[in-house]
Amino acid sequence: MLTIAVASGKGGTGKTTVTANLAVWLASQNVDVAALDCDVEEPNLHLFLRPVWTKTTPENVPVPEVDEERCLGEECRKCVDLCRFKSLIMMAGSVMVFPELCHGCGLCTLACPARAIREGAREIGVVRTGATAGADSARIPVVGGEMRIGEAMAPPLILAVKRTAPASAVRLIDCPPGTSCPVIASLGGADLAVLVTEPTPFGLHDLELAVGVLRKMDIPFGVVINRDGMGDDRTHRYLEREGIPLLGTLPHSAEAAHCYSEGRLHVDALPGFREAYASIWENIRTLAAREVSR
Amino acid sequence: MKIAITSQGNSLDSSIDPRFGRAAGFVIVDTETGETSFADNAQNLSLPQGAGIQAAQNVAATGAKAVITGHVGPKAFLALEKGRIDIYLGAQGTVAQALEAFKAGQLDKADSADKEGHW
Ligand code: SF4
Ligand code: SF4
Repeated sequence: MLTIAVASGKGGTGKTTVTANLAVWLASQNVDVAALDCDVEEPNLHLFLRPVWTKTTPENVPVPEVDEERCLGEECRKCVDLCRFKSLIMMAGSVMVFPELCHGCGLCTLACPARAIREGAREIGVVRTGATAGADSARIPVVGGEMRIGEAMAPPLILAVKRTAPASAVRLIDCPPGTSCPVIASLGGADLAVLVTEPTPFGLHDLELAVGVLRKMDIPFGVVINRDGMGDDRTHRYLEREGIPLLGTLPHSAEAAHCYSEGRLHVDALPGFREAYASIWENIRTLAAREVSR
Repeated sequence: MKIAITSQGNSLDSSIDPRFGRAAGFVIVDTETGETSFADNAQNLSLPQGAGIQAAQNVAATGAKAVITGHVGPKAFLALEKGRIDIYLGAQGTVAQALEAFKAGQLDKADSADKEGHW
């Protein structure tokens, strides 16, 4: 299995359209591909792929429940003092749990001398699985997560999405934007990453941050420049200077923007885009081959 | 009764700190004896999350039965409520001025969660 994470330093660069278009193009070439939406805070891959969801599974994380009868109270405070996420406080002689802050590490349960802590469960969101409509050969399995409103714990849900996805020859992961924990969780285990950027000064700044993260995680990567021609050539020069492979460019055009706004796929609707994705895929394969022999 | 007033400094002349969880500290005033003391809250300033509830725990440890501040978040509100600590909002100026405003009944007592949205 070749796992490819599609990421970007910030939102709105076209990361999700690249994931969707590449998935559909690969399926049209009879490549066994699955698409994963790991942007569980704002999932939108389904807007482009339009899968039929067939299964929705709630995902829980453990949270402590304190039995007041057994708790030793103020004298003990072990759980309160040990929790490094500061999700417990001692208030009016009893332990108060703030589940939204809890990371489910289980330390408080282990540490309690009175066995006053049980493991409860908190639902952080759901994992959906389904597939795109279409002929058998072109049907793409899609897996996505959706976090509950007000929930802040994306990483466990992202890992659940990855766990649930079928083992296909190629796995495309649509990562959340940015460079924080959810992005790290989405990138983990990827064989290589495709960074999508826009050729603007802001785009370049965010690209540099993302490059920093990928280098730290030691994941090989290349860049796709989306809406090429809208800005300047600084991004091109940056890639050359840093020796970062340019996997391909997608043109800046009114038709492309229009197509996007209607949620239609470029590879289906516009001439030229199929060739662009074919060439991006060739370059991804070259990069993957080079990295395997590294 | 002891009252905790969120403050940027350690005396009655210090400016109010409008934040609760990330206040620099609390000036504790005993309304019977007039005595004041200071409880540092600095360890909370750098917390990525949960500063409000930690501050609530700190306030409870001082024995205060009321808090005077500018704003309080929903989690801190819950914690203070559990500790039976009253919360008065909208304080401005110095600690002494906030105390006067409180005594004159000019501060709003936060007693329900209906303001949660814009806290
Ligand atoms: S499970 Fe871990 S994070 Fe959650 S309250 Fe216990 S010690 Fe804190
Ligand atoms: S560790 Fe157990 S006994 Fe001690 S305060 Fe926490 S819940 Fe109570």
